[in-house]
Amino acid sequence: MLFKTHGDKQLKIAIASGKGGTGKTFVATNLYSVLQQNQVSSILIDCDAEEPNDHFFFKSISKTDKEVQVNIPVISAESCIFCDKCYEYCHYNAIFYLPSLQQIHVMEDLCHSCGACSVACEHNAITEKKKTIGTVTTYLLSGNYKLIESRVNIGVYSPVPVITSAIKEAEQQGIIILDAPPGTSCPFIHTVNNADYVVLVAEPTPFGLSDLQKTIAVLHILEKPFGIVINKSDIGTLAMSDFIQKENYDLLLSIPFDRSVASFYSEGKIMAEREEKWKEIFENLIDKIIETACK
Amino acid sequence: MKIAITSVGNSLSSNIDERFGRCAFFVIYDTDTKSVEFIPNHAKDAEGGAGTAAVQLIASQQVAKVVSGQFGVKVKPLLDSLKIQMISIKGSHSVQEIINMVEER
Repeated sequence: MLFKTHGDKQLKIAIASGKGGTGKTFVATNLYSVLQQNQVSSILIDCDAEEPNDHFFFKSISKTDKEVQVNIPVISAESCIFCDKCYEYCHYNAIFYLPSLQQIHVMEDLCHSCGACSVACEHNAITEKKKTIGTVTTYLLSGNYKLIESRVNIGVYSPVPVITSAIKEAEQQGIIILDAPPGTSCPFIHTVNNADYVVLVAEPTPFGLSDLQKTIAVLHILEKPFGIVINKSDIGTLAMSDFIQKENYDLLLSIPFDRSVASFYSEGKIMAEREEKWKEIFENLIDKIIETACK
Repeated sequence: MKIAITSVGNSLSSNIDERFGRCAFFVIYDTDTKSVEFIPNHAKDAEGGAGTAAVQLIASQQVAKVVSGQFGVKVKPLLDSLKIQMISIKGSHSVQEIINMVEER
């Protein structure tokens, strides 16, 4: 088995999908379970900061929380000479600027903490304050395994700083599984951009295919190698498998729909811990991932 | 007094645009001079902050009222602080119909 010998080198594998609800967490938690069962040095990071749920699947011994803070600019209207520069530098329309009424202030909800306005200001009118936007929680599991969870506070515009803090928390050797957020926007991009290889979990419906194609387009731009897992492979249409075959993409695994699997999963349990058959399925998957990722 | 009306096109027969921050055009109508000006909304496709940008645009035109369909949650406190009255209109009306309503009041 490849993955047993690979455990000492670092390999970051992101489990992603365009569409939500295709089975990212199902695949991520089962993969992490087989790595644990085989005593492979590894860690699981839940990067779905808007609704992290990996912790439901593992019993933790203890947990530690770390707050994630970002810098938010504060503009002093007294020191400001209304030169336009910070307003022009801001890509996110986060500076409310009305020179005719001598009004200038930061729209905190829109601010991405990029710091461009502070660079732009030549009149020392901008200072920065800290704002807490989320938490990185490290759950200690049995056998010294860890689950790191990113969780963004409600109403925060972008969870990206929380996700990148969670990934940074795991600077260690071994296999790192990143359970990515759905979609193809910034949270997804920042997760997969940190990965060496991406596993796309897709369901074979027209909607699922459309989102898969969008996700692949992003991965091409990022130049990330990837393989595909078709979940609920016997529902929907054949268009997805035709597409994968035509484009010659790596199909890593097809998982047929099984109501008992869905029901077991909904109780926060892991198939690879219940049945030898599922343990083997995910052991083969991780082997195939390593084989494809390292070729 | 100046009034802003959000519009889907740049003529008086155009319907009002129901989205404030992401409307196609702002119509600036002056009740004293009866002049009408159409200003394209450059922020309509902004990734975020379209509402903030729209408030800046109409406030710099010194309008006292704004007519649109819906106003976003970030926009309301800004317009309140600038003492610009929000008028929310349901259904499809042309810009001309809105101007007539304003004049009849």
